Amino acid sequence: MNVNGQPVESVVAPRLLLVHYLRDVLGLTGTHVGCDTSNCGACTCLVDGESVKSCTLLAVQADGADVTTIEGMASADGELHPLQQGFWDEHGLQCGYCTPGMIMAAADLVERHGPGPISEEDVRRGIEGNLCRCTGYHNIVKAIRAAADKMSEVPA
Amino acid sequence: MIAADFDYAVADSVDDAIRLLGEGGAGAKLLAGGHSLLPLMKLRFASPSLLVDLRSLDELRGVQVGGDSFRIGAMTRHADLQSDSGLGLISEAASHIADQQVRNRGTIGGSLANGDAAADLPAVLLAYGGSVTVRGAGGERVIEAQDLFQGYLTTAIEPGEVLTEVRLPSMAGYGFGYEKFNRRTEDWAMVGVCALVKATDGVCEDVRIGLTHMASTPLRASAAEDALRGQPLDAAHIAAAAELAADGTDPLGDLNATPDYKRHLARVLTGRALTTAADGRASR
Amino acid sequence: MTTIQEQPTKHVGQSLRRKEDPRLVTGRAKYVDDIVVHGMLHMAVVRSPEAHARIVSIDASGALALPGIKAVYTGEDLSDLLAPLPMAWAPPGVEVKGPDRWPLARGEVCHVGDAVAMVVGDDKHVVADAAQCVVVEYEPLPVVVDVEEALKDEILVHESLGTNTTHHWTMGGGDVDAAIAEADVVVERRIVNHRTAGAPIEPRGVIAEYRAGSLTVWSSTQVPHLLRLFYAVQMGISEDRVRVVAPEVGGGFGGKLQITAEETLCAWASKRLDRPVKWIETRSENMAVSHHGRDQVDYVRMAAKADGTITAFHANIIQDVGAYFGLLTPMIPELGALVMTGCYKIPNVRTDITGVLTNKYITDAIRGAGRPEMTHMLEVTIDQLASELGMDPIELRHKNFIAPGDFPYETPYGITYDSGNYATTLDRALEMLDMDALRAEQASLREQGILRGVGFSTYTEICGLAPSRAVGPKGFGLGIGLYESALVRVHPTGSVTVFTGASPHGQGHETGFAQIVADRLGTDPSVVEVIHGDTATGPMGLGTYGSRSLSIGGVAAAHAAEKLAEKCKAIVAFNLEASVDDIEVIAGKFALAGDPDQGMTLAEVAGCAYIDASAMPEGMELGLEQTLIYDPSNFVFPFGAHVCVVDIDAATGKVDVVRWIAVDDCGPAINPMLIDGQVHGGVAHGIGQALYEQVVYDDRGQLVTGTFMDYALPTAGEIPSFETDRTETPSPSNSLGVKGIGEAGTIAATPAIVNAVVDALRHEGVSYVDMPLTPLRVWQALEEARGRGDGPRASEQGVALPDQGEGSAGSGPTTPEGGAA
Repeated sequence: MNVNGQPVESVVAPRLLLVHYLRDVLGLTGTHVGCDTSNCGACTCLVDGESVKSCTLLAVQADGADVTTIEGMASADGELHPLQQGFWDEHGLQCGYCTPGMIMAAADLVERHGPGPISEEDVRRGIEGNLCRCTGYHNIVKAIRAAADKMSEVPA
Repeated sequence: MIAADFDYAVADSVDDAIRLLGEGGAGAKLLAGGHSLLPLMKLRFASPSLLVDLRSLDELRGVQVGGDSFRIGAMTRHADLQSDSGLGLISEAASHIADQQVRNRGTIGGSLANGDAAADLPAVLLAYGGSVTVRGAGGERVIEAQDLFQGYLTTAIEPGEVLTEVRLPSMAGYGFGYEKFNRRTEDWAMVGVCALVKATDGVCEDVRIGLTHMASTPLRASAAEDALRGQPLDAAHIAAAAELAADGTDPLGDLNATPDYKRHLARVLTGRALTTAADGRASR
Repeated sequence: MTTIQEQPTKHVGQSLRRKEDPRLVTGRAKYVDDIVVHGMLHMAVVRSPEAHARIVSIDASGALALPGIKAVYTGEDLSDLLAPLPMAWAPPGVEVKGPDRWPLARGEVCHVGDAVAMVVGDDKHVVADAAQCVVVEYEPLPVVVDVEEALKDEILVHESLGTNTTHHWTMGGGDVDAAIAEADVVVERRIVNHRTAGAPIEPRGVIAEYRAGSLTVWSSTQVPHLLRLFYAVQMGISEDRVRVVAPEVGGGFGGKLQITAEETLCAWASKRLDRPVKWIETRSENMAVSHHGRDQVDYVRMAAKADGTITAFHANIIQDVGAYFGLLTPMIPELGALVMTGCYKIPNVRTDITGVLTNKYITDAIRGAGRPEMTHMLEVTIDQLASELGMDPIELRHKNFIAPGDFPYETPYGITYDSGNYATTLDRALEMLDMDALRAEQASLREQGILRGVGFSTYTEICGLAPSRAVGPKGFGLGIGLYESALVRVHPTGSVTVFTGASPHGQGHETGFAQIVADRLGTDPSVVEVIHGDTATGPMGLGTYGSRSLSIGGVAAAHAAEKLAEKCKAIVAFNLEASVDDIEVIAGKFALAGDPDQGMTLAEVAGCAYIDASAMPEGMELGLEQTLIYDPSNFVFPFGAHVCVVDIDAATGKVDVVRWIAVDDCGPAINPMLIDGQVHGGVAHGIGQALYEQVVYDDRGQLVTGTFMDYALPTAGEIPSFETDRTETPSPSNSLGVKGIGEAGTIAATPAIVNAVVDALRHEGVSYVDMPLTPLRVWQALEEARGRGDGPRASEQGVALPDQGEGSAGSGPTTPEGGAA
């Protein structure tokens, strides 16, 4: 598979979860584990451009796929992705544990929505698969909406 | 968090999947989206010895629309259905499944084959009066919706069979309503109701009502349907029909609901789903 | 009383973006599970499926036969431990009977999840397999789950104690019984404050490495220094040879304010096997064996005169402690009792507290720790009293508020409230609400089957834990004082490192403390690095909990920086040949007050202190750093007014929070953005408890809510946007004037919701509903009020599913008792 644009190849046990492959084999520890029932979304990354809970996907199921993790969001020169910037600017995180998954879910949400402002309700619906215990979601919603506005400004 | 060990194979055709299943014996399981199976495996409530992954079977993906029916490949994801608003009730129900990440992986075939009475799509299949096509070593057969769901997580699909396709009759001319009641938006349905209503000059020509989580299988609210069919589609008749929605149901109590409360919800939600359907958002 | 010093405030008061965030938003932060230590083994714990049983035998042969398994240990193997897991509270004069809690069970298990054995092996997959292969034979014992059943002592959780009651404690002032006898109106109610989970999104995790006589531990903890101290006591390792690191910690909420079995197990196994050992908690484990919170049954009585003057408040609290004590378990209701009178002048008060053991997991501090429970019972009872008196609940609150001129105010418990202006926060909240519009909406929505309600909660809480003499062994009875430390070090180039004993897990200390220190040293927060959570770097610290970090740790940092600033001024005065009294921090420099062009930057001052000794006044120590321990003179008492508006679907009973207004006062803001964040999260936590979350055990002591599927943490879809505002009433207790804000939202939230729901339902005849206000409960309350409530009722603990026990909908008596009328 390709991870953050880099081809990677490994022989793995069938039961190895994608999240454990990313973390333990590739050392990409930005993708977190918060539950064991696909509820919390901390492990969300993008597989072929769509958000996926990587704790509910076997690494072998992603064979041949393009995987993007939080480590692949900023540009090569270190410039933050608008969503990362939005979370920082709007205080959309506290302990930071849910943040990578939240940002990856938001990336799918913004992509799915297309250009233009996203309503508060749509954002809240779009991140219903990601739990945050710190922020009460208020600033996360603000951060995603601000980022979506910024991403809309960039000509497609 | 960590599943017991198992073998894994990717099927390169439906026949290959059937062969692998056969060779794997009782411990072999099909893997579609995996979003019901893998959590159970991680909690070690399920420990299959072999997973046969269907992900390469592109022939099982997609929606084909015919004149009076349409076919949905078993590996078509909820996300594909959710974004195909032309599908009416199916899209609406699919968009309420869990969350986007789950919809990006979960498939219609997986959901129906799992036969969870709390899942969104089984009751929809039942309301449509659709069917599923399954194929096994002995050939292909069609299972009608009313025969498919047999009990708690139990379907008429035999071990060794692969669900390949979902067939639904066209419901052109029907309006639809979908009501899912849960505590949190990402939860399973505490109770769900889908309704399809065909009206002619304000009179209910036909009505289909599917109930989610009102028994160990999805159900049709037949008494309510019978009460409304042929009657004027006004508030009073809808309310009267909705009162019968829980007839013949046998809901289990759980952490969040008693059987009585579920019956009450079925009546309330049926009233709402029928009202929406009567207002005429067209399904197909 | 300390004077509030006017400080040059350039960065303090600004909503500076957090210094923590770049590493967090890029996935580069390092939590415990992100750490790999060379040669590391993994541990899994074998846990009891029984709620109460004798262990007959443990057969580990199957586990040991698996490739990669190094060892399986049971309670017997750990007989060399010098102490059981700690409980740190024993108030003078109160007999506290608690069972010993060992990291692995010794002969008997007392709750589901009790640790029976540990399995250590090469990789996390194989230890998970092996844990399943350890065969434990249990002989089941009778189980008691309901706390009021346990009180009867018919089934004992620990036979050897002879009772389930751990302690009684009564505190009070005035004469409650006399006041009640003389009152015009008395209201009373049974209130269940149900069991909840802290549920940080990062579960716990530990890595322990015992190497060459020294122990290094990385733990997802809120209290690294306390853990170090305990390791020394329990394992007999000299404290100087123990280092505890709390790396990035993914939320705590009190759940990581604990000394845990797994911390001991990893360290013990590492010492035994001479290899580092790692354990990462699964979410299922987190739900079962990370301590729970709340869980008390309260019988309250409130007495008043006909004009609304509250004359007495009494609470009889039965606390479900679970099967053992945690670090602070019996202290939790007591902490709440200290603010039992809330914002009100209530002359006669008494709190009777009984701790009771059950076959469930331990309860301990979860966000608010006793104060949410106390605020809940006070604020819902105030509304009940208002209803009984036919008085507006807002008017009733206003009538009984302690007035701004009454501060410092001594409560009947002998606690001195530092400062407050309760009416102002409530008035501001009302302004934001627009009550007339709300009542109009309420009427029109009712016709559509939507029941709108509005509820209020005016709170004050006690935090800034804590004055060490007051809470220490000879005071409140804690095993240690709760001072805090800071070490501020200016480097030769003028950049600054601040070491704090506070141990944050999302609060933003690195930013807030940098703002405080930067202003005092005339520099920029970007060059002030705050180091926390490592016992090897800074001085002794007490950690982060109880909304203490800023008002204790932040003040420590401020004082240390101020002392350094004095030294800087002396150096500058020496070099400018000026009087030290004329040197001030002006525009990023230490400069002459009358001639700001003449001055030195912090880097220049540091150059003198480290590089050019000739630029230092004769006799002055070289270097530029200051260690300081700050022990406060009093607690601090934040306060505020919260308003909740709910819409209830009359047909289904589903409650939606549609508006939330929070006006809080935590003194002068260091960083307003961080305050808002704490309020948002705190209120969401309260909404979670009030509407969604409940830890449920069935009548056999089986945990029903063992995953995030059943334990319903609210998602973004369930939480509203928040409308926040602040007032700033400084605390005279510390030089920053600051109070705490981490728990305030949680403390305020639950009664506002219950009061809103009751406001929405009162016209239907519902006078009270216990939390969690699930659709089922609310529907049952409505059914009962409509005379149709004969169905099974929604749950309390320890009742068989699905017909889970009694509800309390509309059941509270509101008849005056002993009223003189």
